[in-house]
Parts: sequence; structure tokens; C-alpha cells
Amino acid sequence: MDWLALLLSFKLAALTMLVLLPCGLWAGRALAWRRFRGKYLVEAALALPLVLPPTVLGFYLLVAMGGASPVGQWYQSLFSHPLAFSFEGLLIASLIFNLPFAIQPMQRAFESIAPEVREAAMCCGMSRWRQFTRIELPLAWPGVVSALVLTFAHTLGEFGVVLMVGGSIPGETRTIAISIYDRTQAFDTTAAGLMSAVLLMISLLSISLSYRLMRRIEPYPA
Amino acid sequence: MNKPPSTSSAMLHATLQQTGPIPLAAEIACRQGELLALVGPSGSGKSTVLRSIAGLYAPQHGRIVCNGETWLDTAAGLQLSTARRRIGMVFQNYALFPHLGALENILEGMDDPTTPDARKRAQALLRKVHLDGLAARRPAQLSGGQQQRVAVARALARDPHVLLLDEPFSAVDRATREKLYVELAELRRDLKMPVILVTHDLDEAAMLADRMTILSRGRTLQTGSPLVVRRRPVSAEVARLIGLKNLFTGEVIAHQASSGHTLIGWHGQRLKVRLQPDFTPGTGINWTLPAADVLLMPLDHDSRDPLDNPLSGRIVKIVALGETVHIQVQANATGDARLSLNVSHHIARRYALAEGQQLTLRLRGEHIHLMPADDNPRKVTVRAR
Repeated sequence: MDWLALLLSFKLAALTMLVLLPCGLWAGRALAWRRFRGKYLVEAALALPLVLPPTVLGFYLLVAMGGASPVGQWYQSLFSHPLAFSFEGLLIASLIFNLPFAIQPMQRAFESIAPEVREAAMCCGMSRWRQFTRIELPLAWPGVVSALVLTFAHTLGEFGVVLMVGGSIPGETRTIAISIYDRTQAFDTTAAGLMSAVLLMISLLSISLSYRLMRRIEPYPA
Repeated sequence: MNKPPSTSSAMLHATLQQTGPIPLAAEIACRQGELLALVGPSGSGKSTVLRSIAGLYAPQHGRIVCNGETWLDTAAGLQLSTARRRIGMVFQNYALFPHLGALENILEGMDDPTTPDARKRAQALLRKVHLDGLAARRPAQLSGGQQQRVAVARALARDPHVLLLDEPFSAVDRATREKLYVELAELRRDLKMPVILVTHDLDEAAMLADRMTILSRGRTLQTGSPLVVRRRPVSAEVARLIGLKNLFTGEVIAHQASSGHTLIGWHGQRLKVRLQPDFTPGTGINWTLPAADVLLMPLDHDSRDPLDNPLSGRIVKIVALGETVHIQVQANATGDARLSLNVSHHIARRYALAEGQQLTLRLRGEHIHLMPADDNPRKVTVRAR
């Protein structure tokens, strides 16, 4: 059992969740209620990580973060170590491939709030912040929690993108999914089996919780 | 008493114009403590007018002033957000906050819901709408009528400067509705602000409103007390909208000021009607007569009014609807024109009324109302300001 890898995976998943929470709330809410030209293109772009092979996404991220790219050079000049094959690089990749998992459930949750209920909140003279905290968030929370759980579980399990962008540096980029692969390659089936079982349990728990929560959201109009 | 309020004394005054997507040419005014009903068929723009007042809809051009405060003035580029307009709104489906109890719903309508004073006021409001004891119930655990009461209490919670009611009775059954009518009428005695009620139900408007404004295709056509609008619609269009059956065309023959009547021609018949000297003799007109003022001749034959017009015809249709019998009579000399009248079942039986039967009617000229002919409508102007 590679505890360091499990810890790193948890750290990556938690940070991804934390950063995507405000982004997801903002984007989910905007996509649920605003109308603008090319909305479907934005939605399609955000859903892209669902269908794109992880190696393709990883390849582009690697190119974007590499020493030859402006982003990579800028990062190197700022922190004097490369972005690719670092934990920070891994976090950025994780944020991007988790976008659909964070945004879509939140968008569904905000879409389920009846427009009149939001209008009623305005008619009650509530400030925007109070509308958000007292009405919108309490009504959308199952979707929000579901999004976070899915993001967490998905980060733990991501393999392809991590391998492309992070490699397998112990304590820096070797996540549990990578570690399982390494152990299997080394014919250490006991360790690989144990870690697989842990991931299976976490994934099963989180996906069940997510499904249970999403049942609370009745689509509008009901 | 039913004179329209002048712009300056009106507590709420709104003029709205736009060409599309929903055309608007509306002007409404409502005084303190007055209930103004906006009446029109679906798609007439009445809800849009209400939503514009609430700031939930932004018309192309308009000006809305409430309690001396300008909420909208497109000419000056001024538009207050909904939250900054002191309104109380009751939505058609009440739009209660589904995750909060009745009391909490009312509290959310207040400016500072966390104070103990707010809680006390919310409880008082709950009592006022007869819901004490149901404070913790969520909307889903309340009946339609109870939900409406919570919605009304929530709308009143912030002491609004105008109370806006958007079809508040359409989502409940008839028995509940009748109860809620009475409650609103009682509640109104304590309300100091203007109240605007949107409804498609003319009877509801007539029952509850001090004045009503008739809308069609975004235009306000006529404002007046329910009685005046029903008796004296300004145009054939209004007459049709409020469902007047006896609407005919004719022409003015002469005014006889000395005997207090105007003489009109109708398919060669001459009818004596209440003196209405605004119409030049020789011009075409529309005229209307309430079904209640078309009488069966034999009744109190002796007490004939000098303005009664006898007319013979043939019954072409008899339909019993509830407690009344609706009768259509085709007058002998007037082509296809059919007069409608309503009688009670026992009258219909006593005179053995039947289809095909000849009879003489009496049209009460006192209540015959003249309107400009359709092709020459008197301009209903809505001034842009």
C-alpha cells in the first residue's frame, strides 16, 4: 500500500474540489439562467473532457505547460522550476479535466429553481448576496454537493492525464492510480489489489451519494 | 368618487410604450388604498404591465412613479432594480420559497428578518391571514388557499408602497376562491397602499375592484368603475372584450333635448335612447344594451317608461344554463341581428317560451349606450410623457 500516493491523491482531489467550488457555482448559475450567443459552444467546450481521450487532453496540457510555451516559460521564470511534472501542473490539469463534473450538476441544480421563486426573492427586496445564500444555495445544495463528490472521486481515479502531465514522481505527481499501475507492472499484485479495492470503495460510495442527492432535485418545470 | 386620479395625486402612475415583442401602449394610475383591476384576455399584456411595475420586465419606453419616487424613466435612463422598488408581489402560483416554513417565508419578505421585532410582526401577519398554528409548515404541506395566504402575508411583510396581485385566485378551486375573495375584501380595509390586481375574470374584477382598466393587445382601452365600464364601454372593442352580447350597429337620427332622448335608426327601426348629444346626427354608431334591460313585454306592462322601445321578434334559441334561461330573439325587421336576454326558469315556464314563438320585447332606451362606429373609432389616446 502506497500511503504517500494515497495522501497525494487526497490532497490533489481536495484542492481541485476547493478551487472548483466557486468556479462551478458561478459558471453553473450563469449557464442555468443567462442566455447569450454561442452558449451551446461554451457548454460543449466545458463537456469536452468527458469525451476526449485523457491522453489527448494530457498531450495538449503538456505542450501548453512545457518549457517551449509562453505559459511554461513564465512559470519557470516566476518559481524557477518547470510547471510540467510538478504538483502545481498536475493541479491545473486536474482542474481542467474536472470542469464538466463540477459544473454540470450545479447547472442542473440551479436550472431546477423555478424562475418565479427567484423573482419572488427579488420582489422581497433581498440583496443579491441574500438571494444567493438564503434562497438559491439552499435549493441547489444537493447538486452542489453532488458536483463536489463527483469531482473528488474522479480526481482520485484519473490516470491518463496525470501520466502525461505529471509522470510518476513520488510525493509530487505519483497519485494512487499511477501507483496501482506501477505496482502491477512490478507484479506486486497484493499492493495493487489493495489500492484498487480502496479506490473502488471510495468511487462506489461517492457515486451512490451523488445519485441519491440528484434525486432530490426535481427538474423545472416539475 | 370614480373620477380617475390626476397624475399628481396618484400614488402609482405608470405609462409604458413599446412596439415589440409585446406591443405596449398603457397608462395606469392607482390611488392610495384603491384596488385597480387590470382586465383583459390572455396575451393582452396585463401581466407585462404588472411585471414592468415590479421591475421584472423592462419596457422600451416608460415612466413609473410610485409614492413620489421614480422607479423607471427611460427618457432619463433611470431604472431601479426590482429589489429597490418597495413592492409586494403575489405570483400566480405564489412562488413561495419551498425550503422554508410559512413563518420563514414571511420573514424573508422583511428588510431585516433577524430581529425579534421582525419575528413578532411576521407572527402578527400570519394571524392576520388566519394561519397561526401553521407557522412551521412548508409550502408543500399547505393547501392552495393556505399557500395564497402565505404569499399575501409575505408580500405585505415589507410594508410595500404598492401591492401587486398577479392572477392570485386562478390556482385554487372555486370554493376556496370565494373564501379568498372575502378575505381580500376584509384585508383591504387595513391596506393604505394602492393595490393592483391582474385578472382575466371580469366578474372577479367587478367584485373586488374600485376601478378597472380594460386591456387588449397591450393597450389600455378604458378605465372606470366596474359599473361604468360595463354600462358604458367607450368602444365596441371594449364591449366585445367584456362580453356584452347585445352589440349592434346603427346611426344617429336626431337629438331631442326637450324630451331628453336621442333617436337612432336600426335596420329601419327607430329607437329612443338616453340623450347622448356627442354624436352628430347622420353618423354611424355602435350601440349596446345589457341583456338585463331587454324585457318581455307583458311584464308590468303599465309602468312603461317613455324611453321603452317595443320590438317584435321570434325566439330562435333557448338555452338553459344553471338558474337562468338564455334566450335569443331575432327581431322581425332587423335582418340577422339577434337580441339576447336572460329570464328565470319560472318566467320561461309561465310564458311557455319556446323556439319559433313570436313575442314582443321591450328595449329599455334609458340603458342603450352609444359608441363610435368601429371604422371611425374615437381615439383612445395614451399620452407619452
